[in-house]
Amino acid sequence: MTKGIWVFVEHRENLIKKVVFETLSEARKIADQIEDELCAVLVGKSDDSMVESLSEYGVDKIYLAENDVLKTFTTDGYTNVMSDLIKRYEPRALLIGCTIYGRDLAAQVAQRLATGLLTDCTGIEVIDSQLVFTRPIYAGKATVKASCKTSPVIATIRPNTFAAVQNKKDPKIVKTVTDCGNIRQVVIDAVRQVSQRPELTEANVVVTGGRGIKGPENFKLLEELADVLGGAVGASRASVDAGWAPHSMQVGQTGKTVSPTLYIACGVSGAIQHFAGMSSSKCIFAINNDPEANIFKIADYGIVGDLFEVVPLLTEEFKKLKTSS
Amino acid sequence: MKIIVLAKQTFDTEAKLKLDNNGRIDGQGVKLILNPYDEFAVEEGLRIKEKTNGEVTVISVDQEQNKDALIQAVAMGADEAVMVVPGDVELDEYSTATILAKVISKMEYDIILGGFRAIDDGSCQVAGRVAESLNIPVVNMITEIKIENDEVQATRDIEGGSEVIEVKLPAVFTAQKGLNEPRYPSMKGIMKARKKPVKIIRLGELGLAEDQIAARVKPVSYTLAELRMAGTVIQDEPAKAVSQAVKLILEKVKVVI
Repeated sequence: MTKGIWVFVEHRENLIKKVVFETLSEARKIADQIEDELCAVLVGKSDDSMVESLSEYGVDKIYLAENDVLKTFTTDGYTNVMSDLIKRYEPRALLIGCTIYGRDLAAQVAQRLATGLLTDCTGIEVIDSQLVFTRPIYAGKATVKASCKTSPVIATIRPNTFAAVQNKKDPKIVKTVTDCGNIRQVVIDAVRQVSQRPELTEANVVVTGGRGIKGPENFKLLEELADVLGGAVGASRASVDAGWAPHSMQVGQTGKTVSPTLYIACGVSGAIQHFAGMSSSKCIFAINNDPEANIFKIADYGIVGDLFEVVPLLTEEFKKLKTSS
Repeated sequence: MKIIVLAKQTFDTEAKLKLDNNGRIDGQGVKLILNPYDEFAVEEGLRIKEKTNGEVTVISVDQEQNKDALIQAVAMGADEAVMVVPGDVELDEYSTATILAKVISKMEYDIILGGFRAIDDGSCQVAGRVAESLNIPVVNMITEIKIENDEVQATRDIEGGSEVIEVKLPAVFTAQKGLNEPRYPSMKGIMKARKKPVKIIRLGELGLAEDQIAARVKPVSYTLAELRMAGTVIQDEPAKAVSQAVKLILEKVKVVI
């Protein structure tokens, strides 16, 4: 009996977030394993390009819950609609990208439905016909595998963990009407920095400046390197506390958790609290003028040297490869 | 104004983890601290208390021996500390939130504050779930809060920026780093806190049915993360070292240039 594995489609200005495609790709494998249906749930505003994008990722069905009021995310509006849809269609699982809005939505829906929620998951598998989720705990020092006794199981999926794999299908479109209910949060202002660089939590390359960067103006060096690699720029707590970078750039236990393919730590000492935010990086490369710096104990590659000399050389080297390829 | 703060104790970050005989994380001898994000919540609660001549109650669901976090909050200036002791019952975030909501529903409150996440489980769920059970709105990850009678304007993080959200009290707000700088407890505060008993409520006293609080999530297994080993430090003059590093990096991982 199919029940459906649902993936919530977070979008903004007609663009679907990358983590949705990553989640759909992984969920497709699970759906095949247990012979269930993979469904995307698009709330608020849909258009042909969004439906087209979703059908590239192995979706069997797309639920469209269009509502002008829900064009932008509010905790209440989206919670009301998602809870309503789940009560109506009774899916087996609801997967949500672990973004800021995703976390908001997941907790509210889970409590309304009196069900379990696994946050920031880095793995999904099927064991004895049960969905089992892997998630990091204790700042990544351990992982736990857990399942949920009630239905649906709700899980938020860590961005940049699964590969987005294209798989064209012709999904069934189900248009549904939902009541967005009473929305108590009123968004009266929003400020977004427009940046060509990727969001830290979604970036494949992150270049971080630590205490060794010595001042806000020196981040320019890191930005040049990041731009050659199409990456994002981060900061350690030391840089943020010194006022050289805003908290939004902080990577670490009280900052963001990133999982890039390549993490370049420049002048970062490598305190355990920093490691907590980047431990799942596939390759860590460190530059520090202190050979005893803790970062060298966890980095795959390191150069002991002056970052003001090494970083520009790195930028040049990557640029050379870029033009020669 | 009556302020409630949700707080908990977490493992100190430096704590080395090991598994016990049951394959669970061993809590024996581990240094515990007040969850840093809850500290922001306590501090904000105290600031609101000072502005409104109000009262701060800190509440936690935990075993009785884990009172230190609550005592620290009282030492900072909180008026009351309440601990709900679950005993042998297995809890998850759903259970904890349901229990907290039950206790809070019997109290007078205007505003509820919590940390947006705990550094041990990183779950980011309980405060939001409490709001849902109490049927009041929640605003997560706030970096600023302005209260005018029962109208609140809270600035909260969003990807690449911030939003200002308006809600009416009562409501739940979770603290993000940057909301404030928590005060250190004064010596006087610490002495006072040591003398003031933490109010203990045993789970059985709440009249919640077993299935109402039963954990929905079941841990299957715990694994300690493999220690990341020290790699290669490339010794050479900078230009050559960089050249070698880039070669090694591109052999190890695929980076689109």
